[in-house]
Amino acid sequence: MRTIRIGSGAGYSGDRIEPAVELAEKGDIQYLVFECLGERTVALAQQARMKNPDGGYDPLLEERMRAVLPICVPRGIKIVTNMGAANPVAAARKTAEIARSLGLASLKIAAVIGDDVLDACKDGDLEIMEFDGTIKQLGNRLLSANAYLGAEPIAEALTAGADIVITGRASDPALFLAPMIHAFGWAMDDWNLLGQGTVAGHLLECAGQITGGYFADPGYKDIPDLARLGFPIGEVGEDGSLVITKVAGSGGAVTAQTCKEQLLYEVHDPKRYIQPDVVADFSQVTVEEIAADRVRVSGGRGTKRSDTLKVSVGYVDSFIGEGQISYAGPGALARGRLALDIVRERLKLTGVASSELRFELVGVESLHGAEVSARAMPNEPYEVRVRVAGRTENLREAIRIGNEVETLYTNGPAAGGGAWKSARDVVAVASVLLPRELAKPSIQFVGRE
Amino acid sequence: MTKLREIAHSRTGDKGNTSNISVIAYDAKHYPLLLAHTSERVRAHFAGVVEGEVVRYELPNIAALNFVMAGALGGGVTRSLALDAHGKSLSSALLDLEIDAAPDNE
Repeated sequence: MRTIRIGSGAGYSGDRIEPAVELAEKGDIQYLVFECLGERTVALAQQARMKNPDGGYDPLLEERMRAVLPICVPRGIKIVTNMGAANPVAAARKTAEIARSLGLASLKIAAVIGDDVLDACKDGDLEIMEFDGTIKQLGNRLLSANAYLGAEPIAEALTAGADIVITGRASDPALFLAPMIHAFGWAMDDWNLLGQGTVAGHLLECAGQITGGYFADPGYKDIPDLARLGFPIGEVGEDGSLVITKVAGSGGAVTAQTCKEQLLYEVHDPKRYIQPDVVADFSQVTVEEIAADRVRVSGGRGTKRSDTLKVSVGYVDSFIGEGQISYAGPGALARGRLALDIVRERLKLTGVASSELRFELVGVESLHGAEVSARAMPNEPYEVRVRVAGRTENLREAIRIGNEVETLYTNGPAAGGGAWKSARDVVAVASVLLPRELAKPSIQFVGRE
Repeated sequence: MTKLREIAHSRTGDKGNTSNISVIAYDAKHYPLLLAHTSERVRAHFAGVVEGEVVRYELPNIAALNFVMAGALGGGVTRSLALDAHGKSLSSALLDLEIDAAPDNE
């Protein structure tokens, strides 16, 4: 039976680069996938592209490509990535330029375009899923609308001979499913195979999260050598059989436990994990350790794909102002609470316009609130950090929130130190469902002149 | 008093304003103890954090539950005022739940 090995070289845009180099050098892989596009990253990248028409792709594209191309090209390892963000064509041109500068033979580089569906969404004035409202009602706050494309155009690009495929918004598992479809010729309506392939893609897409990252809990779940965490490899057979593993000698561990945690990561109904290519069913999946750092994952299934594609809509939501300051030693908690009371009153007295505010003590109750935190706080902490954050309609009001924390230096409780403040605009993301036929993905080749 | 942490591990994921927390038994024989944790119980545990409905999915094949909590992320990961906008730390808080029987580690 034919088998391919797919390496996962990044779990998010800012991820470590050496583990990807290690995969390319020692992983015996045929495909290296970089998943770098968070929910709102396309919206931020779209803003960057508006400022610079040649920009709008992943800021680490150049560093990553420079690190892995000299290893991948001679070995014939194909690269698939969504580092194109808001401008896959510019990312592909940049990659071609990097390859030339490294003296690498002419590569065939494909950009997958067509995920930008802003016009189609405006024309349809589609309903927003997360809150009452439509696309048009976002007015000039609307920044971007990108459909989650499936594996098909990526697989087509690979079949057309692409060495590197660069996409914008595509479903994360689809980046991994595409090499399987290309290598094995899976039919695009073989729902069970596509479902099992989606299991593989889903497990691999967060890179280190399945090799021991986001997992260690000393005394309960110990993981060796996290500073040298190895990234995962999916060994996929043409019948969909799957083994998750990693480079021998790298840090971390692939265990049944790491695989189970990642299987359910960001999953709602496990019977219906909705993807562009298939509605995957994870409910019958089984996980079996077959050797050290080798876990067999079986039983992924699927049903027919939906008639709509999920579209991620970026918009300017609001502004956030924030301030922090610390207190220590005996009475730190009381002085922290006094500081919060002062800022609460100051924001009222000075009339700061805010639609939502948080007053909290970091190290005491900031993560889960007073009620949950009170159950586990028998003693007073040695130090506390006051944090006040508020949502406003404009930057001017947001700045005033941090200022009211900073002025505690000379106007607040004794011995407050380390004040810090920030004010920023918030580009948020919402979703709409677009009739599938309105997104028209296509492939554009660059390089190999 | 035994905590859920002694028999299970957990991971949080985020989508929009919804958080999902998996709870996975280290040993499949403890799966019945997990089942005592109803969605109502989890919702009560996260009083002041979760504003919406909590739905529980069962995965006996891997001895796991998946709790999907709506309105848990301060209006959504990309706009939340919270320090932990993703709610990544919620899994650790869930493992602080008490379990009904002492685990038999034989």
